Amino acid sequence: MPANLAQLRSEVELALAGRVASPFALPERRVEFVSTGISEVDALAGGLPRGALTEIFGPTCSGRTSLLFSALGARTSDAEACALVDGSDAFDPQSAKDAGIDLKRLLWVRCRTMEQSFRATDFLLAAGGFGFIALDLGDTPGELVHRVPLETWFRFRRAVEGTPTILFVLEEEPHAKTCASLVLQVEAARSRWNLTQADSAAGLRRYPFSRLFDGSDVRAELVRSRTQQGVKTDFHDGRDPLARDDKSIVFETRGIFGFPRSRPT
Amino acid sequence: MVQSAVRAEPDLLDRALALVEGDLPLWKIVAANQGALQEGIEFGMGGSQAKQFSSVEIRRRSPGLEKAAHAALLDVGWSISPRVEDTAADTIVLDITGLTSLFGSVKNLAAALAERAASIGLRPHVAVASNIEAAIHAARGFHGITLIPPGEESERLSSLPVEVLFPSVETFETLYRWGIRTCGELAALPLLPLSERLGQEGVRLHELARGTHCRSLALAQPETFFEEEMALDYAVTELEPLSFLLGRLLDQLCARLEARSLAAAAFYLRLDLQDSDEEEAENFEIRRKSSASKIDSKTFEKILRLPVPMRDSKTLLKLLRLQLQSDSPHGSIVKISLAAEPARPRAGQKGLFIPDAPDPEKLEVTIARLAGLVGNSNVGSPQLVNTHRPGEFRMAPYIPAPEEAGVAYGLRCSPHFSVSSVLRFEGLDTAQRNCSQPETSAAKADLEQAVTAGLKPGPTKRTVNSSRAAIAFRMFRPEIPANVESAEGCPCRISFRGARGEVVAASGPWRTSGDWWEEHGWRQDEWDMEIRFDRPAASKSDKSDDKRTSRRGVPDGIYRIYYDWTRRGWFVRGRYD
Repeated sequence: MPANLAQLRSEVELALAGRVASPFALPERRVEFVSTGISEVDALAGGLPRGALTEIFGPTCSGRTSLLFSALGARTSDAEACALVDGSDAFDPQSAKDAGIDLKRLLWVRCRTMEQSFRATDFLLAAGGFGFIALDLGDTPGELVHRVPLETWFRFRRAVEGTPTILFVLEEEPHAKTCASLVLQVEAARSRWNLTQADSAAGLRRYPFSRLFDGSDVRAELVRSRTQQGVKTDFHDGRDPLARDDKSIVFETRGIFGFPRSRPT
Repeated sequence: MVQSAVRAEPDLLDRALALVEGDLPLWKIVAANQGALQEGIEFGMGGSQAKQFSSVEIRRRSPGLEKAAHAALLDVGWSISPRVEDTAADTIVLDITGLTSLFGSVKNLAAALAERAASIGLRPHVAVASNIEAAIHAARGFHGITLIPPGEESERLSSLPVEVLFPSVETFETLYRWGIRTCGELAALPLLPLSERLGQEGVRLHELARGTHCRSLALAQPETFFEEEMALDYAVTELEPLSFLLGRLLDQLCARLEARSLAAAAFYLRLDLQDSDEEEAENFEIRRKSSASKIDSKTFEKILRLPVPMRDSKTLLKLLRLQLQSDSPHGSIVKISLAAEPARPRAGQKGLFIPDAPDPEKLEVTIARLAGLVGNSNVGSPQLVNTHRPGEFRMAPYIPAPEEAGVAYGLRCSPHFSVSSVLRFEGLDTAQRNCSQPETSAAKADLEQAVTAGLKPGPTKRTVNSSRAAIAFRMFRPEIPANVESAEGCPCRISFRGARGEVVAASGPWRTSGDWWEEHGWRQDEWDMEIRFDRPAASKSDKSDDKRTSRRGVPDGIYRIYYDWTRRGWFVRGRYD
C-alpha cells in the first residue's frame, strides 16, 4: 500500500509539474503584525495580527479602551479605513481625537443592543477593505456576551482570514475561545495624580484644585497567542499561571484634557 | 413610439404590439409594429375593435416613455460623435467625419452604433451616406444597417416608396395620379417640367429622390439631466414588484450614463401615489376613465445622494431598496420617475503601498444597511464642532479619503526610517510628547528644553510608539444623575445608579460655560474623581471574585462628574478607561 501511495503521489506530482510547484506541501502562511501604538504591548504580543481576531478583555476602567484608541490611532495615521462598532454608544470623539485618531477615517456605528453590534460587525466584515474593525462590548454585560454562540466567533474568524483586516474585540471576559489569535488581558495597576501641594492621601482630598489626573498604569498580560511559542491557555482557569509573570507588562497612560480648563473665580 | 414601449417592457420585443391614444371609448390605434399589422391591425382603428385581436398586445401611448427613448437615442449618438442633429422624435443624424480611424471602417462604426442602441433597449435602423437627407431616407426605408457609397445615393434610394420623402398631401396625390410610386421613378422625371407643375416642392422632392439635396447639420446640445419614467397600468403596493420596476429604470439610466461616459452623483425618485379607494378598482380602464375627476394623486419623493459617482445599477438598486425599506411610501404607486444627476466617473489610481480601502459601491451599500439597522443618525464619521460644550459632535458621512493616502505612503514604505527617527530623539521623547499639553509646569519646562534643542513641537499622533498612550474616556449617554456630599468644598462621597462610594481622589472644579447669550446656555463645574464604592461584607453565597465591582454593579475607577448650574444638580458624564 505505501508503495502504491508513493507511486500515486509521484504520478500526481508529474501530472501537475509546471503548474503547481509542490502540490502536497501546505502553503506557508505569513502573518503580518502591525503596531498597537504602545511599544510595551508590541514587545509583549508582537503587535496586532492581520487577518485574525484579537481579543482584549478586562474590567471597566482598566485601560482597555486606551489600548483600543491607541491601536485605532496607529491605524488611522497609516491612512487605513477603520470602523468602530460601539456596543453601548460610549465612544467619545474628543478623547479619541486627543488619542491621535483621525476621525475622518473612522466609521462609527452607534449600537444600542448586542444584536445590533454583532449584525453591524457582520456587515462590515462582508464589505471588506477595512484595515481595522473594532467591536466594543466593554459595557455589555458578560452574561449576555456569553450567550453568543461559538459559531458567531468562528464566522468572524473565517471572515477575516486571508484578509488584511484586524478584528479587535473589547470585552469584560474572553468569549471567542480558540477563534481568537491573540488574547490580552488588561487591568489597572494604579492611577497617577499630578500633585503640587500635597502628596499624601489627605492632600488628595484637601487640595483638589491643585492637581490633575495624570493617567494610570495598566498591566497587560498575554493570555493567548497563536504566533508565539510557549504561551499556553487554559480557559477553565482563565490562563496558564506559569506564563503569568513572564508574559505581562505595565504601560502608562497619560491624562487628556479636551478643552482649556479654568478655575472658578 | 412602439420602440419606446418595447424599451420599457422588453418582453414585448417579439410580440405583436399596438399603441392606443385617447380616453375610453374613443381609443385609436396610433402605432403598431410589423407583427400587429400582419395580424390585421390598422392605424386609426378603434380600441374596442383592436381588442378583438387576442394575439396583439395593446398598450397606451406614453409621452414620457417616448421622451426618455428619444433622449436615450441622443445619448447613443453622443457616445459616437459630438456632432449630433436631433432631427425628429425617432431620427437623429450623426456627423461621422474622421471617425473611421477610430472604429476601423464605416461598417464597424454602424455596427457599434446599432450595438450601443441595443444596449439601451432600442433596435435602430442605421444608414450611412455622404448626404444627410439620403441617410435619413435610407434609415427610414431600409431595415438594419445600410451603407451607401458616395455617388450611389440615387441608385440605392430608387427602390424606396415616395412616402419616405414626406411630400405634402396634395403633391403625394398628384404623384400618385401620375403613377409615381418610388423614388427612382420620381428621380427619372425631368426637372424643368416637374418644377413647372409642382413648383419648388417638386424640385426639392426631385433632389431628395436623387440623393443630391444638401444642407448643414443643426447641432443639438447634450442634456445634463437624465430622467426615465414609467406609468403603471396596475398600481403597485409592495416593495418587491417596485424593486423590479426600479431595477429596469436604473438599468436604462445607467446604460445611458455609460453611453455618455458619465456616472451619477445623485438620484431623484418620484412616486405618484393613488388614494386607497382607487386600489380596489379591478382594471385599469375603469381607473383611467375616472382618473381625471377622482384620483387625488400624492407624490412621494426621495433623494439618494452618493458619496462617489457610480453607475452600477445593481448597487444602486440595493441602495434604493434599503432607503425604501426604512422609509416606504404609504399608498399605491401609479407612476415612477427616476432622474439622475450626472457627474464625471471617479478615476482612482491604486498604488502598491497605499492601503486597501473599501470598495465605494460596497461601502455605500454597507452604510445603508447599517443605517437601516441602527438609524441614519447613528452611522458615520464623527466630527468635532466648534464649541467648548462637552460631548458635542456631529455625524458626517463616512467617505474614505484616498487622496490623502500619500501621507501614509511614506510611512508604510519606510517603517525603519520611522523607527530610527524615534530612537534618535529618544532622549527628548518626553519633551515632544508633552508639547500638546503644556499646562503643567513640568511640561512647560520640557517644552522649553525641546525648543532650545531645536526640536519643534509635533502633533500628538506622531508619537505613535510612545509608551504613554492617551487615556480614553467612555461617555454615558445620557449622563447619570448623581448625589454628591462635599466637605470643605471638596466632594467626599457620591452615589449614583444605586451605589454609594467614597471619593479617594479628586481634581477640580474646572469651570466651563458657554452659549450664555442664548436660551440653551450652559455652565458646569467638572471634577475628575477616583471613586471606591462601598461593598457589603462578604457572604458565603457571594461567589463574585471581582473585587473592583460594587454590590450594585458599578465598578471602581476614575469618573468625570460635573455640577450643572443650569439644572442645579450633579451628573456623571463618563469614566476613564
